[in-house]
Amino acid sequence: MTAKFTRPDGRGLKELRSTEAKVGIIPNADGSAMFRSGDTIAYAAVYGPKKMHPQHQQDPATGQIRCTYNMNSFSVSDRIKPGINRRSMEISEITKWALEPVLMLEKFPNQVVDVFINIIQADAGTRCAGINAAALALAHAGIPMKDMVSSISIGKLDKTLVVDLTKEEEDYHEGEGPTDIPISMTSSGKITHFQLDGKIGVEQIKEAIDMAKEACQKIYEIQKKALKESIKEE
Amino acid sequence: MVDKVRTTDRVTGERIAKYLSEGKRFDGRGPLDFRKIIVEKGISKKAEGSVRVKLGETEVIVGVKLGIGEPYPDSPNKGNFMVTAELLPLSSPRFENGPPKFEAIELGRVVDRGLRESGFIDFEKLCIKEGEKVWTVFVDVYSINDGGNLMDAAALGAIIALKIAKLPKYDEEQNKIVFELTNKPIPITDIIPIPVSVHKVGDAFLVDPTREEEDLSKTRVTIGISNGIISSVQKSNSESLSIDEMKKVFEIANEVSKKTLKELQKYF
Repeated sequence: MTAKFTRPDGRGLKELRSTEAKVGIIPNADGSAMFRSGDTIAYAAVYGPKKMHPQHQQDPATGQIRCTYNMNSFSVSDRIKPGINRRSMEISEITKWALEPVLMLEKFPNQVVDVFINIIQADAGTRCAGINAAALALAHAGIPMKDMVSSISIGKLDKTLVVDLTKEEEDYHEGEGPTDIPISMTSSGKITHFQLDGKIGVEQIKEAIDMAKEACQKIYEIQKKALKESIKEE
Repeated sequence: MVDKVRTTDRVTGERIAKYLSEGKRFDGRGPLDFRKIIVEKGISKKAEGSVRVKLGETEVIVGVKLGIGEPYPDSPNKGNFMVTAELLPLSSPRFENGPPKFEAIELGRVVDRGLRESGFIDFEKLCIKEGEKVWTVFVDVYSINDGGNLMDAAALGAIIALKIAKLPKYDEEQNKIVFELTNKPIPITDIIPIPVSVHKVGDAFLVDPTREEEDLSKTRVTIGISNGIISSVQKSNSESLSIDEMKKVFEIANEVSKKTLKELQKYF
């Protein structure tokens, strides 16, 4: 490992950005939350369980979860066309896969839980922030869950592993360039989501997984605190 | 998800799972054996590069076309690249007409990332005039018969198709492509991002599933790997893996990729 690697914002290698979570931000929803990681802000709202429409998609054996990830057109420097695209469809599905293993949906046959995620402001790590917000919103909605899900992006900049990449770091172009590894885990360390873009060796990727576990524990504590605060207020 | 029609009946599924728990498969392969990779090159004359790939009963065709486009603002000196996949209704009762469903979108995107991130293509050499004009490489995948593991078949096909593709003639004055192939290949390197999709069925890990085995798969981790360097990962489907299992998946991918590379090299 390189002796000295300084991050653009001066953070430690394992240091998260300033992180904030708040539950109950959307009164109309059955559950809602905001999750902020530095300059990345995600809102999530949960509606349901409710009867699945269209009816032919109902499953008498279990309830289902549907996720919609959406970026606001003004959330990035170059405006993006509003509406769904291939990227957002993939992230929606990834989010569903990340959350589904902890949900006890078998309690809601023929029903659906809708999760809507909106990215208000983006500075990398939007899928992770979205998953963190969505997990909070599901807990806030009282959906029975076996565990919490926390998500973090591990980065490899040149040869060094770091936690919680910013956009500036994602665009790092020196040495071996940037590698982005968004990972989601339950608090007991089960991996529910794993993606990677870049270049990394088999041994170092194992190190990245261990780093993710540590970082997800920190996120988990922040989520727990936000949920407890929401009860105090009510 | 409703767009995932399963075609394997329950009894067959239980038998497959039982076999796998003993390390056996219906077709006699070991859990980490690929089916024989068969590649046929140049199957469509109008494409700049095209191949047919067969993995057992699975068959895909992959074509490469080139266009002239504007570079993206964040990469003014690099060519553009795009992979799309169509899962044709002619290839399986699982697929239907209509706009692409998630499975096709994911397939295209995962193949795209594996190739793009690995350094297989030298994008800077696809620049014609910085900030103005670059080559755009389109890789299009069509399923012909879905016998499982379309993902790896598609990515293997894309590698060979890109390797054999030739640039068409570009008329600079008229700013258009004259369809007449030159002898110039697409600038590729010797980094070959071998795709390995590792599936978990029951407690067993396996690669290159048949359709029946893939129906039973609870989790798929698709990895693009070249010489021990991982360039893309996508974990799909809703079943978690422990940290140790995930680490094992990367080791499996590393081992399997070496054998796959050797098989694929026969067609270079």
